[in-house]
Amino acid sequence: MALLSIQNLEVSFGLRDGPVKALQNINLELNRGDRVGIVGESGAGKSVLGFSILNLIAKPGFISNGKVLFEGEDLVHASQKRLRQIRGDRISMIFQDPMMTLNPVLTIGDQMVECLHAHKKISKKDAREVALQKLQLVQIPSPEKRLDQYPHELSGGMRQRIVIAIALIMDPDLIVADEPTTALDVTIQAEIMELLLNLCEQHNVALILVTHDLGVVAQVTERTVVMYAGRVIEQGPTDEIIKAPQHPYTQGLMNALPQNCLPGQLLNQIPGSMPNLQNIPQGCAFNPRCEFVKESCLKERPDLQSTATHDVACFKVHPERSELLSTGNGSDVKERA
Amino acid sequence: MSHASESVAIAQSVDAAPSRWEKFKESHYWHSFKKDRVAQISFTVFVLFVLAALFSPLLAPTDPYDLASIDIMDSEIPPSWSEEGEDRFWLGTDAQGRDLWSTILYGTRLSLIIGVCAVLLQAFIGIVLGLTAGYAGGRVDSFIMRCADIQLSFSTMMVAIIFLAVFQAAFGSELYQRLALIMLIMVIGIAEWPQYARTIRASVLAEKKKEYVDAARVMGFGSGRIMFRHILPNTLSPILVISTVQVANAIITEASLSFLGLGMPVSQPSLGSLIASGFEFIFSGSWWITVIPGIALITLVLVMNLLGDWLRDVLNPKLYKG
Repeated sequence: MALLSIQNLEVSFGLRDGPVKALQNINLELNRGDRVGIVGESGAGKSVLGFSILNLIAKPGFISNGKVLFEGEDLVHASQKRLRQIRGDRISMIFQDPMMTLNPVLTIGDQMVECLHAHKKISKKDAREVALQKLQLVQIPSPEKRLDQYPHELSGGMRQRIVIAIALIMDPDLIVADEPTTALDVTIQAEIMELLLNLCEQHNVALILVTHDLGVVAQVTERTVVMYAGRVIEQGPTDEIIKAPQHPYTQGLMNALPQNCLPGQLLNQIPGSMPNLQNIPQGCAFNPRCEFVKESCLKERPDLQSTATHDVACFKVHPERSELLSTGNGSDVKERA
Repeated sequence: MSHASESVAIAQSVDAAPSRWEKFKESHYWHSFKKDRVAQISFTVFVLFVLAALFSPLLAPTDPYDLASIDIMDSEIPPSWSEEGEDRFWLGTDAQGRDLWSTILYGTRLSLIIGVCAVLLQAFIGIVLGLTAGYAGGRVDSFIMRCADIQLSFSTMMVAIIFLAVFQAAFGSELYQRLALIMLIMVIGIAEWPQYARTIRASVLAEKKKEYVDAARVMGFGSGRIMFRHILPNTLSPILVISTVQVANAIITEASLSFLGLGMPVSQPSLGSLIASGFEFIFSGSWWITVIPGIALITLVLVMNLLGDWLRDVLNPKLYKG
C-alpha cells in the first residue's frame, strides 16, 4: 500500500462572492522514502496542498472533494482526535521561516520535550535525552547548551536545524517541507537541504518538498509536480522534467533560471502573472501567457495525459486531443462560449 | 572535521553560561530601570509599602484590632509634632482612640490584599474568557465579548454598590462584617474582568496568526495546550502592564466603597474606611484622621500607576529607545 495517496483532491475557499477552488483534481501517490517536489509560482496552491495533507486548512478553506489516504486511512474524514495523533507523530511539517515557527518565549528544550509529551508518555529526563539525540542528528554544535536557549539566541540556519529536529522527534513517516530554505541565505540553504536529504535517506522518510526553487527540486527530489492555478499541469521524474520540460509553463520556468542567460542580458520572463483564482480564464488557465496558444486552448481545458516520460496537460504536446475537440465537439463548445 | 572542531571551540568560549541574575543585569529592563529616576523612586516607595504591609504586626506599636488596648479617652489626639500631640501616638489617634500609625499600617495591608486578590480573580476570569474568545473566534467570541460589553456598560461602582447593599440588607450587617474582605474581593474581581478579557483577546488575535501557532497545530497539540502553553506566555507583557494599573484601580474602588460605608467595617479599617471614619470630624479640626491615610492611599496608587507606565514603556518594543 502506498504511504500517502491523494485522490482527486479539491480544496475550496468560501469567499463572499461564492466558493473559489484553490485546488482541483490533484492526484499524488507516495511510497515510504519517496521524495516529491511541488513547484509553481506564488498562489499556485502549493502550500494549500501541503496543509491539506494534514487536513489543517485555515478557514474559510475546506476540502470539498476527494480523499487523502495515509496508509489507507482517510484523513479528510478522520476525527480531530485521530488527526492530532497523526500530526507531528506520523506526518510532520517544516515551515518557511524558522524565525516565526519557534515559540519566542519557550526554550528549545521545552518545545522539543512538549512535542514528545503530546504524543507519548515519557519522563521529563528521557524526553530531554531524546531531544538531545535529535539535536545531535541535525549537527548542531554543543546541543546540551541549546536546550536551555531561547530561539532569539540562535541564528537562522541553526533555528531551521532545530525545526527539522522537532519535525523528526517522533520519527515520522512523512515530512511536508513548505519552502524550508526560502528564508535562509544561499550557503545555509545548501547545507540545510543536504541535511534534510541525508536524514530522509537514512531514516527512510518520505518527503514532500514545496518550493519555487527548481535548483532545490533537482538536487533533492525524485519526482516533480508542477502546479499552475490550482491544478497539476505536469508531473513526472525530476530528471525528465528538468531535462525536457513539455508544458510551455514549465519551459518558461526553466528558461527563467539565471544560468540560462548570458551576463548582462535581461532574464527570460514568462509574460503576465498568474490569474486570480476567482477569475480563471476559460480553457487552459495558462492561455493568456502562452506563446503557443491556439484556438482549442481558449475553449477547452487540456487534461493531464501521459507522454513517453511523464504526464502533461497541454494541447501542444497532445495535438490529437485538440483536433478531436475542434472537429467533434466544436459546435458544442461554441454554444457554451 | 575542522569545521566541527572550530564550532566546539566557539561553544567552549561562550560556555560560561551566565546565571539568571547576570542575564538580568545585562537586560534592557535593568538598563532602563537604572536610567529612570521616576521608576526607581516609585519602585522604592512601592517596596516600602509592601514591606510595611507584610510586617505591619511587627512595625505597629499597638494592635488596632485589639479592643482591650484601645482607650476611648485617647480619641482625636493630634500628631505628635503639633502642640497638643503626645509622644505615644506619632500620627495621632482616630475618633475611637486607635493609634493612627498602627491603623494605617494594618489598613495598607488590607487594601493591598484586597487589591491583589481582586486582580488575581479578575485576571483569572479575564484570561480564561479572553483567550477562549480570541482563539475560538466566531460565535463563541461574539458571545463572550458581548457579555463583556454588557458588563462594562454598568459601572463597577454601581454593580458593587447594588450587590453589597443587597447582601447587607439580606443577611444582616453582622455576617457582612465577617465576610467583608471576601465579598469585596469577589465583587471587584468579577466586576472588572472585561478589562482583562479585552486586552488578552486583542493580543491573542494577533498571536494566533503567527506561524508558531500553525507549527503547534501541525505537531498535533490540542487547543488547550496551544492556548495556555503557547499563546498565553506571548501575551504576558500587556497582562503585566494592566495588572499594575488594575491593582491601583481595585484599591481605589475598595476605598470608595469603604468611604460609602459598603467596604471594610470600622473595626477592621482599610485605608478607605479610615478616611471615611475621619471625614465626620474634619470640620471639628481633626484633619489628620482623614488627611494622613488619604496621603498614604494617594501615594500608593500614584507609585503603582507610575510603575505601570514605566513597565508599559519598557515592554513595548515600539517605544524602545536603545
